[in-house]
Amino acid sequence: MSAVTTSHSATEAARNRKFGPLYSRNVRAVVARGLMATKSSNWMVMLSGFFEPVLYLISMGVGLGAIVGPVQGPGGGEISYAAYIAPALLAVSAMNGAVYDSTWNVFFKMNFAKLYQGMLYTSLGPLDVAMGEIFLALLRGLMYATGFTAVMGLMGLITTPWAILMVPAAVLIAFGFASFGMGITSFMKTFQQMDWINFVMLPMFLFSATFYPLSVYPQYIQWLIQAMPLWHGVELLRQISVGAFTPATAVHIGYYLVMIAFGLLLTTGRLRRLFLK
Amino acid sequence: MSRPAESGPPEYVITAENLTKRYGDVVAVDGISFSVPAGEAFGLLGPNGAGKSTTMKMIGGVSQRTSGSLSIMGLDPDENGPEVRAHLGVVPQQDNLDEELKVRDNLLVYGRYFGLPMSYLKPKADELLEFAQLTDKAKSKVDALSGGMKRRLTIARSLINEPRILLLDEPTTGLDPQARHILWDRLFRLKEQGVTLILTTHYMDEAEQLCDRLIVVDKGRIMAEGSPASLIREYSTREVLELRFGSERNATVGAELEGIGERLETLPDRVLIYAHDGEAALEEVSARGLRPVTSLVRRSSLEDVFLRLTGRSLVD
Repeated sequence: MSAVTTSHSATEAARNRKFGPLYSRNVRAVVARGLMATKSSNWMVMLSGFFEPVLYLISMGVGLGAIVGPVQGPGGGEISYAAYIAPALLAVSAMNGAVYDSTWNVFFKMNFAKLYQGMLYTSLGPLDVAMGEIFLALLRGLMYATGFTAVMGLMGLITTPWAILMVPAAVLIAFGFASFGMGITSFMKTFQQMDWINFVMLPMFLFSATFYPLSVYPQYIQWLIQAMPLWHGVELLRQISVGAFTPATAVHIGYYLVMIAFGLLLTTGRLRRLFLK
Repeated sequence: MSRPAESGPPEYVITAENLTKRYGDVVAVDGISFSVPAGEAFGLLGPNGAGKSTTMKMIGGVSQRTSGSLSIMGLDPDENGPEVRAHLGVVPQQDNLDEELKVRDNLLVYGRYFGLPMSYLKPKADELLEFAQLTDKAKSKVDALSGGMKRRLTIARSLINEPRILLLDEPTTGLDPQARHILWDRLFRLKEQGVTLILTTHYMDEAEQLCDRLIVVDKGRIMAEGSPASLIREYSTREVLELRFGSERNATVGAELEGIGERLETLPDRVLIYAHDGEAALEEVSARGLRPVTSLVRRSSLEDVFLRLTGRSLVD
């Protein structure tokens, strides 16, 4: 075959990579793009996301904690109110970061910046794009979780080395929300619909045993909350923070593994429908 | 850069047969067939909604065809989307540059999407900035560029993977005349280098300037196919006489002009007489005692072909 343009070895080599219809094994390029964009413009947004749970921890944990006094922790022992809510706030921040990245951020890039349309006219497949965006959401979640855990340490709220495991657990929680969030966003067409996401998130934040134990609710409300993902995240991190593990720990982790699997299936299927119609 | 070898039968880079795309009940592309040899500039002309952009999307493998066959560089874009697109450069109708990145970074990042290494991309990005006359804007933000500059950057970006086929969807829509001419010049150079150009446009002068061959599409079907000159010969006369009698008179004067030239077309603002000899037709008009407010004899253009084939009614 005659070479129509210069047969540059680099472009030829790139064309000879392994491809699938949905995946070209190039998630890296999507991640690199996200990091470059963050470097040049998104710093302030990132910082505000870090401070939000810290401010909650100081006002509720330290302020409200002064009149609440010590409370019973997951292991049965007494812990300060700040130590009680800190892991819950970490779970909330993992959720918020992942949801923001996978919903509003993706919604904007999909419908206004037309970023994905541009990407999908290259040799990237929809799965490369989805995994790259989710990875970026997790990277942000990892940074928040590390920072917040460090703040907990500085405030003297960490009493066991197990607490370091809160960081990977927070990333697991972020993964669950990010993989689902992106799939759900693909159904959204308008800003009004996007507001529904906040409508679900806020009550989940307030009522998922974040600030007080689940036992204050009647039984059927407890069941409802136990069906929600955030409660599992709150309980998981709370158990890890004091190193008190029970069979329920495995259930919480299992909940997220299933959520991730379904989320990825949903997202990939939706991206295929949206972009390869 | 080398030119294609001029020997043997043409090597087709795109072959479409009975290509069809339906969205529910709407037929966007209705069984079109065409082939494009390597190195040709091939145009798709048609009114809005004719199916041009849908055809482009199917070629790029970002829209799956309903039926028919399509082969790009011997590959099926529905089956091998990422692989097909590794050979393509795409300039979409609306610029979708990455506004969060600087001008040069747009090229680098886009090249990464093709899996190209930085050692290749860095000199290539500088070369393309030069080509797009944007070297001094390398570190600017994208939203600081003018419309023409953004368009040139989009074209530069589409060349980062040294595509064999460049898809251009209305490349100069919304640009001022200077910007259009710069762009045409750049496209000519690419064609000289042997890049196959597939372009949609509704600017007839653009099609005449750039295309070796084109198809006129309307309502998803091919109405005509050929070089600009052959289409003008086939579907229009050598010259056109344009007469304006004032908007009241234009509608009624038709009957009085009957028999002049080969064909008569009444528009709201003017009357067109298609004739081999425009001056002779104008003399005939005067001989009949008709006094148009203005008259103009011009050569027939692709626009006349287009209007004849696709009708003059406004299409949404």
